[in-house]
Amino acid sequence: MTGQRATQLHATELLEAPAPTVRGPLRGIYAGNTRSVVVRGLQVMARTNWVVVLTGFFEPVFYLLSMGAGLGALIGTVEFYGVDVEYAAYIAPALMAVSAMNGAVYDSTMNVFFKMNFAKLYQQMLSTSLGPLDVALGEILLALFRGLLYACGFMVVTTLMGLNLSWTAVLAIPAALIVAFGFASFGMAITSYMKTFQHLDYVFFLMMPMFLLSATFFPIEVYPQGFQWVIQAMPLWHGVDMIRQLTTGLIQPSILMHLLYFAVMIVLGLWFTTARLRALFLR
Amino acid sequence: MSTLEQPVADVGGVDHALIASRARGWGWWFVAEHRIRAMRSYVASWIAISVGSPFLFLLGLGLGLGLLVDANQGAQGVDGVPYLVFIAPALSMATAMQTAAQENTYGVFGGFKWFPMFFAMNGTPISAAHIVVGFQVSVLVRVLLPLVAFSLVMVVFGIGSPLGALLLLPIGLLLAAAVGFAVMAWVSTQTEDRGQLSFVERFVVVPLTLFSGTYFPLETLPAFLHWIGWISPLWHAAELGRGALYGAELAPVMVLVHVGYLVLLAGLTCWLSIRTFRRRLDK
Amino acid sequence: MPAPVIEATGLTKRYGDFTAVDGIDFAIQPGEAFGFLGPNGAGKSTTMRMIAATSTRTSGDLSVLGFDPADHGPEIRAQLGIVPQADQLDEELRVIDNLIIYGRYFGLPVPYVKRRAEELLEFAQLTEKRRSRVDGLSGGMKRRLTIARGLINSPKAMLLDEPTTGLDPQARHVLWDRLFRLKEEGTTLVLTTHYMDEAEQLCDRLVVVDKGTIVAEGSPSSLIRQYSTREVLEVRFGSAHNEAASQAIEGIGSRVEVLPDRVLVYADDGEAAMSAVHERGLRPITSLVRRSSLEDVFLRLTGRSLIE
Repeated sequence: MTGQRATQLHATELLEAPAPTVRGPLRGIYAGNTRSVVVRGLQVMARTNWVVVLTGFFEPVFYLLSMGAGLGALIGTVEFYGVDVEYAAYIAPALMAVSAMNGAVYDSTMNVFFKMNFAKLYQQMLSTSLGPLDVALGEILLALFRGLLYACGFMVVTTLMGLNLSWTAVLAIPAALIVAFGFASFGMAITSYMKTFQHLDYVFFLMMPMFLLSATFFPIEVYPQGFQWVIQAMPLWHGVDMIRQLTTGLIQPSILMHLLYFAVMIVLGLWFTTARLRALFLR
Repeated sequence: MSTLEQPVADVGGVDHALIASRARGWGWWFVAEHRIRAMRSYVASWIAISVGSPFLFLLGLGLGLGLLVDANQGAQGVDGVPYLVFIAPALSMATAMQTAAQENTYGVFGGFKWFPMFFAMNGTPISAAHIVVGFQVSVLVRVLLPLVAFSLVMVVFGIGSPLGALLLLPIGLLLAAAVGFAVMAWVSTQTEDRGQLSFVERFVVVPLTLFSGTYFPLETLPAFLHWIGWISPLWHAAELGRGALYGAELAPVMVLVHVGYLVLLAGLTCWLSIRTFRRRLDK
Repeated sequence: MPAPVIEATGLTKRYGDFTAVDGIDFAIQPGEAFGFLGPNGAGKSTTMRMIAATSTRTSGDLSVLGFDPADHGPEIRAQLGIVPQADQLDEELRVIDNLIIYGRYFGLPVPYVKRRAEELLEFAQLTEKRRSRVDGLSGGMKRRLTIARGLINSPKAMLLDEPTTGLDPQARHVLWDRLFRLKEEGTTLVLTTHYMDEAEQLCDRLVVVDKGTIVAEGSPSSLIRQYSTREVLEVRFGSAHNEAASQAIEGIGSRVEVLPDRVLVYADDGEAAMSAVHERGLRPITSLVRRSSLEDVFLRLTGRSLIE
């Protein structure tokens, strides 16, 4: 085949890429095509790393079984807003919040770090008509999708174990997504400052204490007042308390404060991440 | 016609026979030294995490859970001692296990694949066995710091006997060697990372930490789960640690069993690792 | 004459104190194959990134396809095909999916992208590797896939950054053939290279860049005519003796250059120059007569060799 035309479509058949139509302050950073980033992620998830995604579901379940059964036998019940709650039912919502946080942070730090520095995925995306905001939103939506899968799976387990004490527990699923959104939107921006894998250690160094101390396994009242304030400033505590109110049905007015906390976190995180992607790839 | 004089590179009196014989005896140390020098690039996060974890686990988690457990069980409730004393040795051992597993997962895989140092080392007079042992020695150095930090915190805050806290060091190193070689034996057979590397953390380290009597006596779990403890190097090390730190009841024959299990595991998986390394480097 | 596809005046890029691109002017016409020739670190890649609107210029004017890259990045990239220096393929996707997904990044409709991807695979001679994983491809195949990927949006101009660096000679020729076909079809090609033979093969016109500035401009043959002789004699006397020998050679040909490993004698008739060297009683270890290349142009312009 000699091929007069190397690329075989006739000039009249060729399609040009549509010019992005976004106007206003987002022009140049957003092309309205987040969908394609999500499609790519789902395809990779379906083809190559579904096993890894699936196994992520087990970690909170292991914690629930171990701590709920083993420690539960030693501890009995814990008081939550004036009601004595069985230990396993006390930690289950916390583990759900933690798993939302872990999934979101893992996706937006480790995975993003790899894609940024080794796979050069964002360089590829940003050499098309996509803008940095398309990429950031796409990655965050993917992290949320994964979070949704885990939240639903975990919900099934806790329901079977009888650890959901009220119908409001259903709302824990969207609540977990909100928690994940908050962490994911910030994670990417923070990852953009990292140069080596060791920098990721610092993230886990911050997450460990949050995980262990944010009223996850015991109420924060055991600490002195000053230290309680520190914990209450951390996002995970808000997530844990919010989801726990929903699964136990002991809903307090403070749930609105938790929601507001995450709303602010999400908006700031998105702004921060887009600014950082712009600085990194469009400099 | 005279023979052409071959230009000879000036080797400056280097005795190549001496180099070879020195490498035969001390190759493992050259490998360890290389890794320890490389560690300097993240010495700050290594120290921060090593020193931070005992505070976090003992004074954060241990103390908090201790209040709940002791309130329910009384001050002599778990194994005849306060809860904090009960979990202190196990937490120290769990940290040693986690660090050793992590280093061996990414260090060994990376040494073959991402930054193929092992192949470079193999190109010098150093052999596969030296690489295997030297690598593990460097991991033990890395593990030693958090172990020392844990023991120091125990001594300073009067958790258990000071002499026992000191004894936790060799026990922890033995555990790290056993876990380290075991992880290495498996990871070195993996040539491609399709996400299975994270299984070490998810399906070995986390379940072993949760189900081998770290946070509660193994007997608290249903009998059909006790086997996890028996095969878990962490359980054997934690039992030894408890005996050392607060004189938990431990028959002499059981001391032998615990130590024997760890030594055997380390020896066997060390041998397996050397075999795999030799095969992979010889091609 | 139609309006230039890309036009720059006084284009400058500074990173802190370091000036990567120092006030360069150029205009690239539609259908032209235009090259930036220069050593590593001359500012070629930075210029390419400014054209692709993935790097914001510090000062000067730049117009790409009628847009200002400073605030029309997506609009510009929608019409460009970019082939970066490192292949940057999506290793988690198969060969065919690399093309399809990339097309989706441009917002092109799925059926169209699928059809186009098959044709581009054919073009890149990768149809048999359709379902393969990317990490199993050879260097040449990866590069062809990257070029095919850059064509998915039927770009008005292709930006190729060091298109054949790191490839073996055979793979380079296959790639040049593909690029030549694109050129025949009228695609504007903008490429950077530090290989003279590549610039000579592919470029209609090129600029020689050094330390962020343009030191010469023209077609490969006109540059050689202007800055070099028709032929070059290369003689080697051994590392220690080249300098001394060059003193003795002085006067033969129109110019003599001493490099650490050899002496270059510029002359329109190389064989005659060789005889002249022998007549002076000099006995080089090896000698060779070749035609002048852009390497010689670069050496003349900067006093340095292109590849250290």
